[in-house]
Amino acid sequence: MTGKTLFEKVWERNTVTEEAPDRPAILHVGLHLVHEVTSPQAFTVLKERGLKVRRPDLTLATIDHSVPTLPPGPDGELPYATEAAKHQVETLRQNCREHGIELLDLDDPRRGIVHMVGPELGRTHPGRVVVCGDSHTSTHGAFGALAFGIGTTEVGHVLATQCLFQRKPKTYRVHFEGQLTDGVTAKDMALAVIARLGMDGGTGYVLEYTGEAVEALSMEGRMTLCNLSIEAGARAGMVAPDETTFAYLKGRPGAPDDLDAAVRSWSELRSDPDATYDASVTLDASAITPMGTYGVSPHEAAGLGGSVPEGTASDVALGYMGVHEGQELSSIKVDRVFVGSCTNGRIEDLRLAASILRGRRVDEKVRMLVVPGSEAVKREAETEGLDAVFREAGAEWREPGCSMCIAMNGDRGEPGELVVSTSNRNFRGRQGEGVRTVLASPATAAASAVTGHLTDPRTLGAEA
Amino acid sequence: MIEAFTKLTSKTIVLPQTNIDTDQIIPARFLTTTDRDGLGDFAFRDWRFDQHGNKMAHPLNARDPEAVKVIVAGDNFGCGSSREHAPWALTALGFRAVISSSFGDIFRSNALKNGLLPVQVDPVTLRLLMECDGHEVTIYLEEEELRFGNHVVPFLTEPFSRKCLLEGRDTLGVLLGAVADIEAFEADQGAF
Ligand code: SF4
Repeated sequence: MTGKTLFEKVWERNTVTEEAPDRPAILHVGLHLVHEVTSPQAFTVLKERGLKVRRPDLTLATIDHSVPTLPPGPDGELPYATEAAKHQVETLRQNCREHGIELLDLDDPRRGIVHMVGPELGRTHPGRVVVCGDSHTSTHGAFGALAFGIGTTEVGHVLATQCLFQRKPKTYRVHFEGQLTDGVTAKDMALAVIARLGMDGGTGYVLEYTGEAVEALSMEGRMTLCNLSIEAGARAGMVAPDETTFAYLKGRPGAPDDLDAAVRSWSELRSDPDATYDASVTLDASAITPMGTYGVSPHEAAGLGGSVPEGTASDVALGYMGVHEGQELSSIKVDRVFVGSCTNGRIEDLRLAASILRGRRVDEKVRMLVVPGSEAVKREAETEGLDAVFREAGAEWREPGCSMCIAMNGDRGEPGELVVSTSNRNFRGRQGEGVRTVLASPATAAASAVTGHLTDPRTLGAEA
Repeated sequence: MIEAFTKLTSKTIVLPQTNIDTDQIIPARFLTTTDRDGLGDFAFRDWRFDQHGNKMAHPLNARDPEAVKVIVAGDNFGCGSSREHAPWALTALGFRAVISSSFGDIFRSNALKNGLLPVQVDPVTLRLLMECDGHEVTIYLEEEELRFGNHVVPFLTEPFSRKCLLEGRDTLGVLLGAVADIEAFEADQGAF
């Protein structure tokens, strides 16, 4: 008998009924995260059918996508971008009340982006299935959970039954040899993976990240890495839980009461030495340098010391971005910088950006927005004085939310502007109509804000 | 309930770009709705309308929705976000099928649940289809066959989704039928 992969072990633990040729498996969901954008139509289906939420105790709701990041105005009203956005938030409140679902509302000190709050509250556990109507649910795979995004119909399925139909995906091992060098981050690792696999190289697979460089990452870094798995088309990304994971969970309100017993059970969640994967790739971690994208898909990424490679992005993509093959990435001019999102809106990310900005100024032609991913991150950053660093450098410091990652709440660029963004998608129009996006790490974003052009943060002394 | 899909004869519209992501299919700023219906105006919004809301010259605007219900698109159609608003917007615009050489995972799953059939063909067939923009194709779901000109091309659909589509049945009912199994699983599940 051959060994099992981490994914297979987690899959087995949560399978209610096995898959058959004419019927997918039924998987049980251990944590269902809900937000305002992808849930209203699912609650409507429940209502139409007279169904209740089956396990409110395994469901957690938050408000993040369409919420303003500016504080309430003089009238005490939040400056919603549209009435529709406000109505959507109100609808979520009503649905949560009706079904007894815990909602982290706007005045809740635990609120934040949906993929921030699960881990922060200790609700994301190794070995469980975590789903949410949001593709970056893959973030939670950092804990050795099987975590993936679902559509709104499936949100309804999980609300009504705590389960969903799933075909078993294939497994893909992404192995890193060696260690990262100074100034290179998990975001750079992730962009290197996507550049290697291509935009759909991971389609149909669950990625498992392994190797020294992965083990050396903090939970924050692992979350960044897993978050971006979907950008290579993968269903999910996973990292085997270890001491770093257990230490992170310890003392968090949602962690199991008997943590020692939980850790004994979770310690079994690692791929056996003789486990086989359907595909695998090895990357040299020590060769990765700070990365940036030059096209309109996250896989169109290259090291910042290089130039736009030939024959990788379409003319349409390069035309949209206003770059050409052979152009040095460092020559790309920057109008705006966004630090935030569930990819890079955690405390480590803000510390990193602040370490570059301390004692420096954002270039006068650049507007920089820093948006903490959650209330907890905001509090921590303010305790450490990071907000003051950002403000003194000339950046704006905002309230938590998705903000310019998806530009639904009014935070967006103007047509033609180029934004260096720590988020996860550089699709055309993602940050506003006609806006051009370069994805990069918080260090690169901060360095680029200072110089006004895309900049390798190591040239400004980044070390993290 | 979803609209059953058995056989569809329709002309095609070719969108040759690869990696058409869900932000192209429906930009995020239209996701503040709490409804499923009425999203047709927002489908491919930034391809069809300029920044002032005026229609631009685009084949999607010139198309006859009664006659053209099938999109032929470049590889990796529907990559990106999990928004089910993407198939909602496409069906609201009158589309019933998308033919491509591959699809984003979540988009495929969402499309199947909304009576929008993703038809995955090999790259050679896709190239042939791209060369005959506006031609007629017939899709037989029971037989899993795509016919155009004198070509007969097989395609595969996940069997359970196919059955549900053929019968116009949604999957929630089936899942609700498994509640006894789910309860047994939960009673048995370890604490961690
Ligand atoms: S920050 Fe961006 S990717 Fe993350 S949940 Fe919000 S919109 Fe989605």
